[in-house]
Amino acid sequence: MFARHSDLPLKNDASSRFVPMLVAPMVFLCAVALAGIFILHGLIGRWDRDVAGTLTVEIAAAPGEAQESAERTRASVEQAEQILNAFPGVTNAHALSQDQLVALLAPWLGNPDLLKELPLPALIDVTTNPDHPPDLSLLSEKLARAIPGASLDDHRVWLSRLISLSRSIEWLAIGIVLLITCVTSATVFFATRTGMSIHHEVIEVLHLIGAPDDYIARQFADRAFVLGLKGGVLGFAATVPVMAGIALSARHLQGGFLAELSVPLSGWAVIVLLPPLAALLAMITARLTVHRTLARLP
Amino acid sequence: MRQPTADRANVVQFDNVAVRYGRGPEILQDISFSLPAGSFHFLTGTSGAGKSTLLRLMYLGQRPARGRAALFGRDITTLRHYELPALRRRIGVVFQDFRLLDHLSALDNVALPLRVSGTRESDIRKFVPDLLTWVGLAEHLHARPPTLSGGQKQRVAIARAVIARPELLLADEPTGNVDDQIAMRLMYLFEELNKLGTTVVIATHNENLVSRLPHPQLHLEDGRLRTD
Repeated sequence: MFARHSDLPLKNDASSRFVPMLVAPMVFLCAVALAGIFILHGLIGRWDRDVAGTLTVEIAAAPGEAQESAERTRASVEQAEQILNAFPGVTNAHALSQDQLVALLAPWLGNPDLLKELPLPALIDVTTNPDHPPDLSLLSEKLARAIPGASLDDHRVWLSRLISLSRSIEWLAIGIVLLITCVTSATVFFATRTGMSIHHEVIEVLHLIGAPDDYIARQFADRAFVLGLKGGVLGFAATVPVMAGIALSARHLQGGFLAELSVPLSGWAVIVLLPPLAALLAMITARLTVHRTLARLP
Repeated sequence: MRQPTADRANVVQFDNVAVRYGRGPEILQDISFSLPAGSFHFLTGTSGAGKSTLLRLMYLGQRPARGRAALFGRDITTLRHYELPALRRRIGVVFQDFRLLDHLSALDNVALPLRVSGTRESDIRKFVPDLLTWVGLAEHLHARPPTLSGGQKQRVAIARAVIARPELLLADEPTGNVDDQIAMRLMYLFEELNKLGTTVVIATHNENLVSRLPHPQLHLEDGRLRTD
């Protein structure tokens, strides 16, 4: 006999129809930004883990004729290995073979046969004890004193620059997420204000017959929740194929340190919450907007 | 400064109340009167005398520019925003332009005051059709206002004003669009409510109606009040 009551005819409201169309791209952008945050976070963690506890010692090729240079370089390497293996905090030090060096350089310099004839520097791969790491400045000084042309690289310099860049991108993505939240909220704010203008006569009647502000606000909030959820689901649906595409493309990349560009499960757990969060944000914004506007009525 | 007489026996108590819009002249000036609980008054005056404005003050649609005004013993000039809805729910209003919600049926329009006060749906389903039948709209329960005549809309508006058994009933020209027979029937409804304790104020310029019913008048002339 009675219609299920919604005193305000918000369902047929033209102003609210565009809300899902605006929320959807916001949720999509937010999901992409969040995915970026999770991917970067994972990469930084992996880089950090991979280089922790390793060092590289480079011995410059000794000057002289090829044969003589090779012998003197080999002697320096052996001496460096002895120093390193005896140094507190170093668990293992071994030089890379000529073939390993050539394999490392081949992608950049080409022709392996030619490379074998070049006076290449020697590299010693050093593993350190992560619980009791060596005193790197002392080790570096000792190596430089004993072997001219020896230098120690603990990877931290380039890694810290990379991590610092990644962290900046991470903060930028967080900023984008916050900006998207504000824009979504502003969209709902203006849609609600427009809805209130359209229905001001109905609102005034409800107000005058004693409807508490929250009675009116709830109806706007319920509608905003539905519209926000609709937009959120649309935006999320667009995110999934894009993320899958990026992960697929990353697999084809040759650079080992960029190989894992897929969003971790914990990331998806957050991203999947975006539609209900967008709905909640829309609901709260609408409710506060109505309360704020009604507070100005006599 | 004189405090309003917070006499709980008076449903309405106005002392030197004035109303103005913006910086314009005062529409109502020095309005002082009281309405005892259970009284029945006509509010009369020529068109533009300020009847609707005075009613608007009483249904809390506007606050006075100066003076002191109390409803149910509460000073309305100092009431906080959140305190107003509960006070408004004690007042029933028949607006001159009805102010029915066009997208709702007659039933749902009349049910509004009950819904905003949190009345159970089962009670709403029981009381509302009975009242609409009583005002002669049994055939139009599901009709929307745009499909009703002026008189039918007016009866829906009256039913909405009285459905929650208000303590104060304010009606602005409630018989303006109905014939004499219906007008008298509606007046008897107001009198019945008055006998049950509702304080009633009817704004009208229908002298025939005023002369046929022996109730005191509040007469407005050029924004000033003259009481019988």
